[in-house]
Amino acid sequence: MLEIHDLQVRVEEKQILRGITLAVNTGEIHAIMGPNGSGKSTLANVLAGRDGYEVTGGSVTYKGQDLLGLDPEVRAREGVFLAFQYPVEIPGVNNAYFLRAALNAIRKHRGLPDLDAVAFMKMIKEKAKELEMDPAMLNRSVNEGFSGGEKKRNEIFQMAVLEPTLAILDETDSGLDIDALKIVAAGVNAMRSPDRAIIVVTHYQRLLDYIVPDFVHVLSDGRIIKSGTRDLALELEEKGYGWIDAEPAHA
Amino acid sequence: MPEIQAPSARLVTADVQPYVDHFDGALSRRLREPQWLGQQRLAARDALVAMGLPTTRDEEWRFTPVAPLTIRSFQPATRGAIGRDALHAMRLSGPVAAELVFVNGWFAPALSRLGSLPAGVAADSLSAVVARVPAVIDTELGRLARADRHAFAAINTALFDDGAVVTVGPDVAVDGVIHVLFVADAPTDAMAVHPRLLVRAGANSRVQLVESYYGTAGQVYFTNAITEVTLEAGARVDHYKVQRESRQAFHVGLTHVQCDRDSRFSSHAFSLGGAWVRNEVTATMADQGAECTLNGLYLGDGHSMVDNHTTIDHAKPHCSSHEVYKGILGGPARAVFNGKIVVRPDAQKTDAKQTNKALLLSDLALINSKPQLEIFANDVKCTHGAAVGQLDEQAIFYLRARGIGERDAKGMLVHAFAGEVLDGVRLEPLRQRIEQVIAADLTAMLAGQGTV
Repeated sequence: MLEIHDLQVRVEEKQILRGITLAVNTGEIHAIMGPNGSGKSTLANVLAGRDGYEVTGGSVTYKGQDLLGLDPEVRAREGVFLAFQYPVEIPGVNNAYFLRAALNAIRKHRGLPDLDAVAFMKMIKEKAKELEMDPAMLNRSVNEGFSGGEKKRNEIFQMAVLEPTLAILDETDSGLDIDALKIVAAGVNAMRSPDRAIIVVTHYQRLLDYIVPDFVHVLSDGRIIKSGTRDLALELEEKGYGWIDAEPAHA
Repeated sequence: MPEIQAPSARLVTADVQPYVDHFDGALSRRLREPQWLGQQRLAARDALVAMGLPTTRDEEWRFTPVAPLTIRSFQPATRGAIGRDALHAMRLSGPVAAELVFVNGWFAPALSRLGSLPAGVAADSLSAVVARVPAVIDTELGRLARADRHAFAAINTALFDDGAVVTVGPDVAVDGVIHVLFVADAPTDAMAVHPRLLVRAGANSRVQLVESYYGTAGQVYFTNAITEVTLEAGARVDHYKVQRESRQAFHVGLTHVQCDRDSRFSSHAFSLGGAWVRNEVTATMADQGAECTLNGLYLGDGHSMVDNHTTIDHAKPHCSSHEVYKGILGGPARAVFNGKIVVRPDAQKTDAKQTNKALLLSDLALINSKPQLEIFANDVKCTHGAAVGQLDEQAIFYLRARGIGERDAKGMLVHAFAGEVLDGVRLEPLRQRIEQVIAADLTAMLAGQGTV
């Protein structure tokens, strides 16, 4: 589904990604781990199409098309979803209204009719309940005045509503207490499907206790320096990132 | 009463000459007017000659040169005819208690609807009221909008042809809306129209009023309007102004309000048209416990200029005022906002809050924004906040990352920006109408911009 080949990205003259190669197939969950500044969030943002990232080399192919050539909204309509590390507060834009506009834009792209307001409200109320979200949040402005945990939960809620084929969770665990983490993880696990791939970007192993990945990749200084299974994450937890940085020297 | 005197011999400067000419040209038509009105008009004419039009040397007009107005030669308005079909889109739907239509400043009874006013409420043309009950009107007209203090008030007073008078008796609550609709249609000459609206809400009365200005697309004309609203003790007035002049029009609108004890006034001013626009709202909190809300939303695009000057005069203690003005500017549009709040020495326990924000959708748009607090009492609460900014790029990306197209995302954010003012419109059909106008203008504005 997603093939990243030798991706190199610069931000304001600084080389952040130095050649990432990664293949993600449908049905898989990949975890991308790494210390601060390793380029994890850059990778997530480049895939979603955020401005300010200059691709200096390599390619990203998604469902057979050049992902980097698509506008962010087209990527979203094609099924790419980024759960933001820092969800944006948008005062004055109603959460449910926004989500319905998003869902209908995606549906239109896929040749489906608009979902009417009644069916939509019924659907999102059910999804909100599954994520133990206060239904009142649906009628508040997008993320405005939400706590850190509520914002993250809102991201997962949006994912549940929009049903992407490729979900990228950028540090979704940060700022969550253990109860919230379990709810969010349950939400993500409920999305596991043979038709869908999920990339979990995280600094800590903790989240992976609840969202068990098929593959773990360790990013350091803009490169994937180690790939493995879930055991790699556990090893990282035990030994810290220093272990992996040091390892090539010992090899 | 003294005889009407010949106009004084003071030298008439070029900026006011056309209006003096209009005054002279209308003298024969005014012969049937009562003497007090003739006196007022003559005094206004003389005041105008003495004052001249404001220049950028006047602090109140620092960023608003009147040159665009003076380089055109406007003719006195002539009676026009507006088709019922064209009028349909300007009428108010929903529960309307009365709708007074004026075409080029003249009352159009055939187009107006005066049928369903409750007892105790009168809405009529100014000329009819002047002819019928001069005793009240002679002291009311121009009491708040003083012709000797403001050049455009002087021009209006010297030259108005007609206007509307709305009087609500004590303890009367008007259920529907009273709509005063001023339409301009001058296919040939660029004309100057001087509409006038006078409102008195009796003690403990309640009325909702919509004042609309519409023009015909493409036409150049000058609307120079005055509205005077007096709220007696305990009265409640919600006032909506919808200015949707043609894109080539000039509009000066002076709104003066006096709030007596425990009265509540709200103003919702939408400035959605015109090439050169100056709105002034002046509200005086004349007795204890009065409360006023002044909200405004203005759009500017192309080479338009829109200036909003508001003044809230807290003359007495225990009054409160809330003000929110928001502007949306595209292209090379210019805007001015000046929000003056005066708290007089006697006005202890004043609670005044002012917010003004402008959203610039292009790099060329410009606003001069100034809160102006003049506080002479020591036990008061006065806050103001001003912000000028562009659309939040982070928010645009967030919306796009969920599948919403760039233009829709921007539209959503602009709409959210305007929401605070739009939400204050309690008349649902009116709010929908305004939202449609704004949505249409925004589409054009955002389409006209390659980058925001």
